[in-house]
Amino acid sequence: MALLSFLDREHTVAKPGFSRWMVPPAALCVHLCIGQAYALSVFNLPMTKLIGITQSAPGDWKLTELGWIFSIAMVFLGGSAAVFGRWVEEGGPRRAMFTAALCWAGGFFVSAIGVYTHTLWLIYIGYGVLGGCGLGIGYISPVSTLIKWFPDRPGMATGMAIMGFGGGAFIASPLSVWLLGKFTTATHVGVAETFIVMGCIYFFFMIVGSIIVRVPAPGWKPEGYTAPVRAQRLITKNDVFVYDALKTPQFWLIWWVLCLNVTAGIGVLGQASAMSQEMFPGHITPVAAAGFVGLMSLFNMGGRFFWASTSDYIGRRNTYFVFMVLGFCLYCTVPYTGSVGSVAGFVACFLVIISMYGGGFSTVPAYLRDMFGTRYVGAIHGMLLTAWSAAGIFGPVLVNYIREYNVTHGVPKAQAYNTTMYIMAGLLVIGFICNFFVKAVHARFHMKATDDRGTEPGIAPAGARA
Amino acid sequence: MAEDAQGGTTTLNLVLAWGFVGIPLALGVLQTLINAMKLFQ
Repeated sequence: MALLSFLDREHTVAKPGFSRWMVPPAALCVHLCIGQAYALSVFNLPMTKLIGITQSAPGDWKLTELGWIFSIAMVFLGGSAAVFGRWVEEGGPRRAMFTAALCWAGGFFVSAIGVYTHTLWLIYIGYGVLGGCGLGIGYISPVSTLIKWFPDRPGMATGMAIMGFGGGAFIASPLSVWLLGKFTTATHVGVAETFIVMGCIYFFFMIVGSIIVRVPAPGWKPEGYTAPVRAQRLITKNDVFVYDALKTPQFWLIWWVLCLNVTAGIGVLGQASAMSQEMFPGHITPVAAAGFVGLMSLFNMGGRFFWASTSDYIGRRNTYFVFMVLGFCLYCTVPYTGSVGSVAGFVACFLVIISMYGGGFSTVPAYLRDMFGTRYVGAIHGMLLTAWSAAGIFGPVLVNYIREYNVTHGVPKAQAYNTTMYIMAGLLVIGFICNFFVKAVHARFHMKATDDRGTEPGIAPAGARA
Repeated sequence: MAEDAQGGTTTLNLVLAWGFVGIPLALGVLQTLINAMKLFQ
């Protein structure tokens, strides 16, 4: 019972003197761990040799079967973020982070049993379902807390945390390879042991984050900070109830903006290695392509911080306009770089594109805060992540199928991606139009002073305070 | 209620917290950068 009360929001309220700069590392403790999902492919080949050890045996799992683990985890990421968003928001960040740690580490432990007993559905349940719920709950757990601590720089604050999700693979990938090397012998592939150790490490990290995290006391504001007196058209001072946000056109317009921006980026992110080699045969070797993918990952991570921080100065809507316009120009330029054989131009285009892909994720929590207020921004953000799940299907399908269609119809491999690039540019035009129509939320959706839906004791809706 | 940056949170707390997440991340980024350099070789 003492543990349960320790997790309560009331026990998470910061005492005077607590520095808000302790909160980003707490958020990073969670996001760096769950960012491991981007490095799951490290286990693909070892898991196809669990029986055969040196090469796949007849009873070993196939890559296509293993691919479902990541897909299930992504679906449950979006689903759990949407379903548990309100629970996360009302229970506070510590309870959410603790739950995420249990789910995430538990997913590794269940998967380890699955590997040990060679039962694939246990891995689907473990990493896919349980781990996917850890991903969703963990992803949204620090968002509204960071926004409340940094009302002066909400983009930068959430950008720092979401940057951690992009950076998690940088830690997980070498750690996984090193652990696999330690546990693998001539007669055994050490995937189960690696899963157990990683589960323990991640549980420890995430629990540290949940211990550090605090929510600001009601009415707290940074020293010297005064909220803008002049009303800003696209930054509300009111709160919108989580389920009322779904009734607004703004939610769905931003849903499409995110979905289209992610679709454009995710398709090329997964195919970057093959695409670079096919567009520049003889110029980009497989080793150089691996380096290109690594560089893209760095820009994906850096873009999350850079663009979200920039949005604090130029505004959220303008930041997405930059993504759409600049992205359109760059996607249209990529076929040209291929035709003139400019590797540098090709690399530069994709590094900027992928930085904006990351920036799309990190800027959207602050965009939602501007539209719907701070009170339920985490829960609304959770529901918006379904756009990510949808984009995870659209993006790779668009790139793969259009390339396949072109190749089977006689288009040279070096030009097989041109149509895809123009389609991606077209998607960004639609995103631009959606973003253009985002206006301030109508006052009828604002929570009133008498509205007691989900209100914490002592905290009235922002509309009542303003 | 204004923030008193160093009242309850010491500089050591901040260094430890940021080091806890920053050091592994920096090592990972460095490793990735080394691999990425292969693009230019």
